[in-house]
Amino acid sequence: MTDAYRFRRFVNAFMLGGAVACAAVCVAVLFLILAYVFVKGASDIDLDFFTRNPRPLGESGGGVANAIVGTVMMVALATVIAVPVGIATGIFVSEYASPLLGNVVRFIADVMTGIPSIVIGLFVYLVLVVRTGNFSGWAGAVALAIIMLPILARSSEEMLRLVPASQREAALALGVPQWRSIVSVVLPAAQRGLLTGSLLAIARATGETAPLLFTSLGSQFMNLNPDKATDALPLRIYRYAVGPYNEQHAQAWAASLVLVLLVLAFSIIARVALGRERGTHP
Amino acid sequence: MATVSEPRTRPETRQQSRTIEVKDLNAWYGSFRAIRDVTMRIEPNLVTAVIGPSGCGKSTFVRCLNRMHEVTPHARVTGQVLLDGEDIYAPQADPVLVRRRVGMVFQKPNPFPTMSVFDNVAAGLRLNRLFSKRSQFEEQVERSLRQAALWDEVKEKLNQPATNLSGGQQQRLCIARALAVEPEVLLMDEPCSALDPVATLKIEDLMRELISLYTIVIVTHNMQQAARVSDNTAFLMMGPDRAGELVEFGDTHAIFTNPKDKRTEDYITGRFG
Repeated sequence: MTDAYRFRRFVNAFMLGGAVACAAVCVAVLFLILAYVFVKGASDIDLDFFTRNPRPLGESGGGVANAIVGTVMMVALATVIAVPVGIATGIFVSEYASPLLGNVVRFIADVMTGIPSIVIGLFVYLVLVVRTGNFSGWAGAVALAIIMLPILARSSEEMLRLVPASQREAALALGVPQWRSIVSVVLPAAQRGLLTGSLLAIARATGETAPLLFTSLGSQFMNLNPDKATDALPLRIYRYAVGPYNEQHAQAWAASLVLVLLVLAFSIIARVALGRERGTHP
Repeated sequence: MATVSEPRTRPETRQQSRTIEVKDLNAWYGSFRAIRDVTMRIEPNLVTAVIGPSGCGKSTFVRCLNRMHEVTPHARVTGQVLLDGEDIYAPQADPVLVRRRVGMVFQKPNPFPTMSVFDNVAAGLRLNRLFSKRSQFEEQVERSLRQAALWDEVKEKLNQPATNLSGGQQQRLCIARALAVEPEVLLMDEPCSALDPVATLKIEDLMRELISLYTIVIVTHNMQQAARVSDNTAFLMMGPDRAGELVEFGDTHAIFTNPKDKRTEDYITGRFG
């Protein structure tokens, strides 16, 4: 073996080892978080946790039922607002816009994804909360929708672009109007990808805390009316975590576990759906 | 009477001559001229082949005949294309209606993957109305599949995904789909280049049968195919400015045995292209 060869083998092994170590660190971080949250939170999860509202400060017992309901309600409202608008934007950029206009919209969407979520929360606070005079679930939903919108627009556009141009041409050549070819040929072809993008956007919205601080505010009580202040899991975790009571800390861990599992579930379902979609493409 | 600005009447009352007259057709991609001043007449109920070396604008030319060229961003067309005497590029002409009268089959078979065989053939009919029931189209689907010489092979498989068929079957399915809307002219852009020789021959036989009902224009880079299958041939070639121009047009037999233009002779004898 020549020296050069031995040196090359060493460099190769060193680099490979370094890359593997970095990847291991990344993966380890996720598992550490999951493991920590699980260990700290699992013991406090019981039926009460899911069915009862928080007890007054200092008392033990109680649960986060109102936070779970609040999260579900606001995320559902945000989804109803953001998904049609986001997918429609994706359709516009992919099917109708001139290349220049498409680039402009894409750029704006990219910038929007970079806006800090707390700034979005403040914006909705000024526009909705101050105007109407009260914190509300609507305001929280709108803030979450604004966060979801650019993610949905970009991912929808990407998924629609994956549909081969030959499909659109086949439809147009039959004398089908463009809108109909989009609705009946392009959208069905892209539906799994669109669903995946939506699930990922929902997962993101579920975990957001900052935008809810000044919009839905949080509450000790169960609230099914979006006109009033509404609690959410991330908010409850925040409030408990910074409070001085140990019982609350324990509940914060348990709530974190629930939240992490929820977000994880969405992400995994989305990945599995996309994986099957990629596998069936010719 | 059908026009390019109003929808068509029932086929039985059509007195169409299925002729296309092309006058001074120019096509651009942005500022690049792809076709220069093409003038020719596509005769009814015959097969017209468009041949020429790669890049000479054959596909572009044919896509101008059903207003598919303008679908590309920054693409445009000048000149006239008269379908039975009416200019399909007139300001009041509706491209959607034009495309129902001039159908197209593409190089690579492109059935809709989310639809079954039946739904693919019926797609052109279904997607032109708001609500439709499957039973309305059974007769037309069967007729189109028979015209495309595919009925016997797929009659048991009508509900299976179209992607289950072989390449040659998929291409005939695309032909059936194009025929289902009862066009007057069928444009075929190198329809056999992605197929094996057996499937190719089936489609060539099919073309000869279809001209009793339709006018056919076929783009092909295979000269033997053009000689076998067509009645008239148009030879396109890239000029010095890289725009395609019509060098010669005439009866196929005459062009292949006694071409008038030297460039045609060079191409046919294989000196280039």
